[in-house]
Amino acid sequence: MTQTDTTAETGARVPDFGDDAPDRKICFVCSKGTLDMAYPALIMANGALGEGVETHIFFTFWGMDMITKKTMDHLKFTILGNPATHMPQGLGGIPGMTGMATRMMKKQIAGLDVPEVPEFLELLVDMGAHLWACKMSVDMMDLDEADLFDGVEAIINVSDFIDLSSDGQIIFV
Amino acid sequence: MSTTTTIAGHEVHVDDEGFMTEYDEWTEELAPELAAAIGISELTDDHWEAIRFLRADFAEQDETATLRRVAKIGGIPTKKLFGLFPKKPAKKMAYIAGLPKPHGCV
Repeated sequence: MTQTDTTAETGARVPDFGDDAPDRKICFVCSKGTLDMAYPALIMANGALGEGVETHIFFTFWGMDMITKKTMDHLKFTILGNPATHMPQGLGGIPGMTGMATRMMKKQIAGLDVPEVPEFLELLVDMGAHLWACKMSVDMMDLDEADLFDGVEAIINVSDFIDLSSDGQIIFV
Repeated sequence: MSTTTTIAGHEVHVDDEGFMTEYDEWTEELAPELAAAIGISELTDDHWEAIRFLRADFAEQDETATLRRVAKIGGIPTKKLFGLFPKKPAKKMAYIAGLPKPHGCV
């Protein structure tokens, strides 16, 4: 545990909030569009911002669903192909099952007082997060800026992202 | 581990890092000194609004409010909190309000 002991000076023990520490930067890559895979990066980004870390999120491929106005409210969770649900995989193919699993997961997340994806993104932007959309994905999915969540700063290509993350840590989700 | 330290002439219990551990040992008189110790030289009405919300909320919930809770229930926008308590608002507010660090992730 790090601490600055200023006892000699003031007689008080003061936590080290790292104000003098070198600036840190984290860049998340969100490549998945399912509800369960949307949250990890958002929660970690929230934690990073709360620690005063410069935070970027680059959305690519299926991750575009998280920032596309048309889809961001309707991310789904499926038990299909996810053995960690500990449910018989055959169940996943039954009509209506994905809707039910999605509702259950949303309820659990709300129970923890964690916001839904669009509100979460707004919160992150308020905290200072930088959101970027992947140029190739935008082209592939035939989208333009108007289709994207307003908090997205720009559509950038991979070189731009590699450039902006050069002095940061990259976490791929 | 808890130890004691002296803040604004009062002997109070703190943890390893320096966060106060006894809710009732904190008084508003201590806040300016705690704030000054972490580089916040003046507590404005806006700072006080956040500190008082944190104190009242802890009394009810028995845990320190997260940033989201301060925004949602306390009605103080997150952006503003980052302005008032730079870089690590949740921990800094908790420290000044004499409360433990928040444990919630969001």
